[in-house]
Amino acid sequence: MTSAAVPASVLRLRPPSRFGDRAFEWLTFAMSLGVVVLVLLVGWQLMRGSHLAIAKFGFHFLTTSTWDPVAEQYGALPFIYGTVVSSLIALIIAVPLSIATAIYLTELAPLWIRQPLASAIEMLAAIPSVILGLWGIFVMIPWLRAHAFPALKATLGWTPFFTGPIYGVSMLAGGIIIAIMILPIITSVAREIMRSVPNLQREAAYALGATKWEVTRIAVLSYARSGLFGAVILGLGRALGETMAVTMVIGNTPQIKASLFAPGYTLASVIANEFTEATTDMYLQALFEIGLVLFGITIFANLLAQLLLKTMTRKMTTRVAQ
Amino acid sequence: MIETLTAMKTTRLHTVDFMQPSTDQPQPLAPAFAVKNLSMWYGANEAIKNVTIDIPAKRVTAIIGPSGCGKSTFLRGLNRLHELVPRTRVNGDVLFAGQNLYGPDVDPALIRRRIGMVFQKSNPFPTMSIAENVLVGLKLNGVRDRTLLNERLEKSLRMAALWSEVKDDLRKPGISLSGGQQQRLCIARAIAIEPEVLLMDEPASALDPIATMKIEELITELKANYTIVIVTHNMQQASRCSDFTAFFYMGELIEFANTAKIFSNPTRRQTEDYITGRFG
Amino acid sequence: MSGSANHQFRKATSLIASLLCSIAALLVIVPLGLIFFYLLQSGLSSLNLAFFTHLPKPVGEPGGGMANAIVGSGQLLALASLIGVPVGVLGGVYLAEYGTARANASLRFVADVLNGVPSIIWGVVVYGLVVLPFKSFSAYAGGLALGCMMIPLIMRTTEEVLLLVPGGYREAALALGISHWKTIVHIVMKTASKGIVTGVLLALARIAGETAPLLFTAFGNRFWNRSLSEPIAALPLQIFTYAISPYDDWHRQAWAGALVLVAMIFLINLLVRFLARGRAARVT
Repeated sequence: MTSAAVPASVLRLRPPSRFGDRAFEWLTFAMSLGVVVLVLLVGWQLMRGSHLAIAKFGFHFLTTSTWDPVAEQYGALPFIYGTVVSSLIALIIAVPLSIATAIYLTELAPLWIRQPLASAIEMLAAIPSVILGLWGIFVMIPWLRAHAFPALKATLGWTPFFTGPIYGVSMLAGGIIIAIMILPIITSVAREIMRSVPNLQREAAYALGATKWEVTRIAVLSYARSGLFGAVILGLGRALGETMAVTMVIGNTPQIKASLFAPGYTLASVIANEFTEATTDMYLQALFEIGLVLFGITIFANLLAQLLLKTMTRKMTTRVAQ
Repeated sequence: MIETLTAMKTTRLHTVDFMQPSTDQPQPLAPAFAVKNLSMWYGANEAIKNVTIDIPAKRVTAIIGPSGCGKSTFLRGLNRLHELVPRTRVNGDVLFAGQNLYGPDVDPALIRRRIGMVFQKSNPFPTMSIAENVLVGLKLNGVRDRTLLNERLEKSLRMAALWSEVKDDLRKPGISLSGGQQQRLCIARAIAIEPEVLLMDEPASALDPIATMKIEELITELKANYTIVIVTHNMQQASRCSDFTAFFYMGELIEFANTAKIFSNPTRRQTEDYITGRFG
Repeated sequence: MSGSANHQFRKATSLIASLLCSIAALLVIVPLGLIFFYLLQSGLSSLNLAFFTHLPKPVGEPGGGMANAIVGSGQLLALASLIGVPVGVLGGVYLAEYGTARANASLRFVADVLNGVPSIIWGVVVYGLVVLPFKSFSAYAGGLALGCMMIPLIMRTTEEVLLLVPGGYREAALALGISHWKTIVHIVMKTASKGIVTGVLLALARIAGETAPLLFTAFGNRFWNRSLSEPIAALPLQIFTYAISPYDDWHRQAWAGALVLVAMIFLINLLVRFLARGRAARVT
């Protein structure tokens, strides 16, 4: 066999590395498993750090409202209450504003304004929580204390929600600041969803003589219902885990009061405030357990949001297939 | 040279020695590909049904047929590129230079260095210059020798009839060229690694008539050095450029003969119907 | 209602609805405007050279700066990237180039769920994982907490950007006999490199402002950090500590720090936009 039978150039090419292919695939696979490892790690650490507290307090942990580190009595109810109520307030404020803004951005705004406005909202999202809290302490709270809250008390003081002394730091302040934090995310997700509604839907409604609002209501909002719901739950997930800004304006008092002017305390805030002060083992374990509760709640909210958003995309692809 | 050969043999475990072509003296018109009972599936769909054909070496073979007849699938069966799609299956043999491409332990990447391909939509790599595009096959396959690379760069661009148009600035991005130039760049890129075969999947269908003409002239020049198999939906192109033509219909090979004969005196009724435009 | 009255009613409803939506959009911008206004007003006046070069003064004494916090933040971001970038990028490569549809969907799902974990939980987890066993707050712990937050972010953006690379390039590269992994690294990832970098920068911008995960990992430090296994100062931490303190001077410095932090984050975002514009112009 003469070497002339083999093209000379081929001799100089390195054989392709099957080893390289396999190694790279395994490397990237291992890295992608990182997310699974992380989730398990979080769950494991939280349970490990709280197992003594879980053993001691059991289910009562979630129903007791006493939080007394000195007497070693730990109950998470005030924090669950605080987290839920502040998040609810945030949703009540943010959802209508966000959806309306998303409608404005996708259906109503003149074209030249859409991108700048969207960018401005993205800028709001980029502001760190601690800076919002800073503004909250020195600008928002004084204003609320001097103007907004007295006005609310004057008009709505007959309800149980707006009674009692006004300190400024309060559940309501917490809810407002969370609302500001979650506005951008709900707006941008809602906007994406509305943008992806096929134009055919809108055209069909217009062809029937509907007004702009009716087109939005019928062709966009009801079509995108599950997706919008998902956006709201996504915002809820963010609200539940919000820490710094809330800690700075909510008052950090573990109590359950009907009045929104009263200071409150959230699951995230108590961890932030008291973790490094925890003097005893049980204290720290109780805080770990609070973390576990928070983790559970936010995971549940996020799972729900993902499910709703997937339902939305599936609905759209099946309709397109028709 | 013998030592390099042996060294390469031992570093490659379990791969068929693809570096050694058959030692038989090539006859004139000896087949480059001997396809025997080839069937190809996409999932449950049988796209190529039991095709047997000998594709002659150093000639241009055109594959024609209506849309969906399996021309592109068959072409990709010749360099095992259809395997990129999940859930594909192949039955039968494709003998290239005496060895079966689908034999056990054959590395597709080695095959593709000897059987090059040019695609319908020209796709020079966007982050690379003209020179980098031409040489990427060599460089990523381990060639470092600067002189060899420069030689090969000029040679490939000349053979692709692009050298005179780009030689002044080889560092321009590949995608800054016109459509026809980009396609010739892709051809230069394919021949830079000195394959023996060039598979072309509708190489001019996205180009204007003048660029198309240049590509067709190029094909006629290239066949002196390469076996060319070209898929085309343009019958006039097939009759202009090719020496042999194969007519496919619904995954089956209907007729294969000299181009002149197929277009003037086809044997099968279906061939005649297609050529005379009774269906497309 | 007669036909035309009904029509008038519907038109009026539509008009009112549009008006309400525009007002809503305006209201959403108002906090942004206010915050920027106060940031600039209160922050600029407190910024001076000393702020960038001096260490904090002891409690109650006026003056001093946040030099260690600024440097500390930089160090933490670098540490976080050491973990977040390789795992995130390579994980994203796997999701885009390998695997089966169903397995990848599950991985994506887990990554999305991970993105929703509150940042303070990361602090708690890393505290148990690193701070307790080594009995010390450290820059490593802070970097780990931030890095873990980066991983799911970068994984998803990398995957998205790789999937945008047209399949034709992969085909062409493989048709040249280039091995699969080299195709991915030298052709696909190279084509998507701007997008990958953008994703990393966005993740950095996200975690640059994070305070909660650092509260009990990096913990903060009034002095220069001498070793990465010691507590380290960070800008958001310092802002928090100063903001809730009773000292006016510290409040002013908190505003200054906030301005610097926001400036840093916006610079990163501007860089991202700059990169993205070049890419959009070049889409074939």
